[in-house]
Amino acid sequence: MKLRRTISIIIKEYTHIFRDWRSLLIIILMPVLMIILYGYAITLDMKNLTFAVIDDSKTPESRELIRGFTENRFFILRYTGIKRNEIESLFKKRDIQMALVIPGDFSESLISKRITKVQLIVDAADSNVGTFINNYSNRVAQLFNEKLNHRSPGILGLEPRILYNPDMKSANFFVPGLVALILLLICSLLTSITITREKETGTLEQILVSPVHPIEIVVGKVVPYITLGFFNGIIIIIFARLLFKVPINGSLSLIAVLSLIYIFVALSFGLMISAVAKTQQIAMLATLMATVLPTIMLSGFIFPIASMPLPLQYISKVVPATYFLIIIRGIMLKGIGLAELWQHAAALSGIGLFMLSIATIRFKTTLE
Amino acid sequence: MQPVISIINFSKSFGKNIAVKNLSLDVEKGELFGLIGPDGAGKTTTIRTLVTLISPDSGELSVTGLNVSKSVREIRSITGYMPQRFSLYPDLSVSQNLNFFANLFEVPKKEMAERKKRLFKFSNLEPFSERLAGQLSGGMKQKLALSCTLIHNPVVLILDEPTTGVDPVSRSEFWEILQELKKEGVTILVSTPYMDEALLCDRIAIMHEGSVLAIGKPEKITGLMHNHIYKITGHNLVLQSNRIAQIPGIISVQSFGDSLHLTFPPGFSSEDIRSKIYDLLGQQLNIERIAPSLEDVFIGLIEGKIGHGN
Amino acid sequence: METDNAVSVSKLSRHFGKFIAVDEISFEVNKGEIFGFLGANGAGKTTAIKMLCGLLKPTSGEATVAGFSINSETAKIKKNIGYMSQKFSLYDDLTVKENIEFYGGIYGLSREKISGKTDQLISELNLDKMKNTLTRSLPLGWKQRLALSTSLLHDPSIIFLDEPTGGVDPISRRNFWRIIYEIASSGKTVFVTTHYMDEAEYCNRVSIMHKGKIIELGTPTDLKQKYNKTTMQDIFIHIVGQN
Repeated sequence: MKLRRTISIIIKEYTHIFRDWRSLLIIILMPVLMIILYGYAITLDMKNLTFAVIDDSKTPESRELIRGFTENRFFILRYTGIKRNEIESLFKKRDIQMALVIPGDFSESLISKRITKVQLIVDAADSNVGTFINNYSNRVAQLFNEKLNHRSPGILGLEPRILYNPDMKSANFFVPGLVALILLLICSLLTSITITREKETGTLEQILVSPVHPIEIVVGKVVPYITLGFFNGIIIIIFARLLFKVPINGSLSLIAVLSLIYIFVALSFGLMISAVAKTQQIAMLATLMATVLPTIMLSGFIFPIASMPLPLQYISKVVPATYFLIIIRGIMLKGIGLAELWQHAAALSGIGLFMLSIATIRFKTTLE
Repeated sequence: MQPVISIINFSKSFGKNIAVKNLSLDVEKGELFGLIGPDGAGKTTTIRTLVTLISPDSGELSVTGLNVSKSVREIRSITGYMPQRFSLYPDLSVSQNLNFFANLFEVPKKEMAERKKRLFKFSNLEPFSERLAGQLSGGMKQKLALSCTLIHNPVVLILDEPTTGVDPVSRSEFWEILQELKKEGVTILVSTPYMDEALLCDRIAIMHEGSVLAIGKPEKITGLMHNHIYKITGHNLVLQSNRIAQIPGIISVQSFGDSLHLTFPPGFSSEDIRSKIYDLLGQQLNIERIAPSLEDVFIGLIEGKIGHGN
Repeated sequence: METDNAVSVSKLSRHFGKFIAVDEISFEVNKGEIFGFLGANGAGKTTAIKMLCGLLKPTSGEATVAGFSINSETAKIKKNIGYMSQKFSLYDDLTVKENIEFYGGIYGLSREKISGKTDQLISELNLDKMKNTLTRSLPLGWKQRLALSTSLLHDPSIIFLDEPTGGVDPISRRNFWRIIYEIASSGKTVFVTTHYMDEAEYCNRVSIMHKGKIIELGTPTDLKQKYNKTTMQDIFIHIVGQN
């Protein structure tokens, strides 16, 4: 590899990038737009969930429990004093998402310190809503227990803490995932069209007849876009912080360094596609298909990897976002450091180098 | 002396489509050699194989003695190649394009200024050195492309239809540059669909559908035509060409501008032909025997109507 | 407005920002004439043709094409002209037959008329065997004739040919010009641009455009006499090279 030729390609790519300021603007604004749209669309925070209560107990304790639900901004009490057989039709009409049935012996049971059961009926047609209600009611029950135990010391209820996301804000869960998705998509798109564009305009033919080596072209194309991708990453994280109040508990510089590795993976992936694809159109489609779907479905972005069928779990191991999600969620939410994350960082680097080698090998210096 | 470019029995197919079959030709050092033929004649395939962009199915091709299949890198560093399409970066300036290719070919930094100066002298592009390549006129683009292929002082220059779609003035300027380069000892292989450009070459190969019809000096090739050509002039004669083709003994009728070119075997006189046309059309037409043009020979060769030598 | 001229141009200009692409050109083309529109790359030919075809509004000036104003009657102009360019506007992935049918449809021909015209064209062009092959695999010379035929489907009175013969072999080019003569002799007007100066010789009259202006206009024979040259090529290089 000759440094001079590589540098001349790098300089040329920078010139392309900065001369075409319209595309540059799109490259910078697209991630911002995406994080705003996806951020607000995907966020699973529920508001205005309606519910019904059948309070057979009608005691201060039962009212205390109901208040536990109504005093936050998520639940609206719509029906009280209805009959049990009306519940089903209310669910069917989608008038309520939840019903709370407090038995007549609620207070007595509590006072005698028996385990007291309250029936919670949840509409889980939308499983996210179901999970959400379930989580929230558990929290309400906890708080209720705490208060009760305070009044009657000596009784210790279970006290599961909700870890890492104490406010149960789904944004904290999803926004780091979005960072992973958007970075991968933008960066691989950038490089996937850069070589195919030269194939289409014919300039590649002119370069190929020079003594240039594929690795020089590939490296010359990656370097400029790493800076562009990194700049994009910073913008995305700033917006994540400002718009969704996602905490950054760990080291910012560690995020920066590990994001660079991830960006490198994305760029190498784009190059791999553009070394094979003949036109910009094919390259863009292939990149979209190969980045968005696996990242959303298989990386743990939405669905936990542990609950996937085994074959899919293996596939998730080669999806770069799997590692980056662990890294970025770990740093942002848990505040953990390299000691816990180095293996994932190493896996990412490995994937990146592998793809870059494939791109170089597949990159032909002939027209056939 | 060993030829600079040597092609022996070269064939190449793409799928079922035979692009070149059994092509053999040599280009000597310092020669300006033209590959002449329409689209689909196999010119681009031959040229791309010579510059190592595609590999031959069979045959021996070498550039300065280097085999095109074995010495890819060496050949690429000593040849200058200009593809058919304008293929410079339209969003880079004239100067940036030159620098980029100079760096790819590792032109010594010290020599850069002088080489650029020399190329600017050829191309007259100096006043436009900061202009974006995409904003140059067609003729200037071609000159810039040529300059970029010359920046590393190649000993062999291979040009694929450099003047297609370029206006006649720019074309003649472009050929003047080629003549200059030839004087400096550069070996040049150029392809063109324009028959008039063939006359500016030292030797030409006339190609058609993958084969060479004739190779040699342009005047030798026009000399292949043993039949005689007569030019008759008159208003809208083209529409009479089918009737004129009925004249006994006539070999072919070709329209050319407002005139017709009639091909007869040796042995007819202008007077014979004038009276035959008068019999046919009832018109006295201006008739003169003309020297065959390369295009006449080309058509004659394809249609097998060049006649026989004595 | 009834006139004997197929095209009549009066002080037509087009500016792009500060750049003057076409600078007050005036000329007339007679009905049934083959008119050569010559000029160097970037002389303004394409801009002028676009205006005459109703694709581009002039900055100033007026022109009529087939009797209709390019300022106010572009829709009528489009119905009365045919256009064929070097990049033959045929669809490579449609068959010969499908291309003809498509263009017939675009010009609003009735279904019976399209199928009649299609059969007629295919037999005229000797494309019977090829009618169901993809246009992509036709030889260039055939494509060119097919493109010309599709641009004549709606029986226009004027046909614009923008470098119609680029890259085509000499035999096909000569055959092509024979067809052009036949078209012209049937009363249609042919307006053609080309870089092949030998083709300029085929034209009844030629104009030479340079830097937005028409700097010469006349029959090839007159021009040769005026400049004392034997070919259009020499004349072109002489005039344009001097300016």
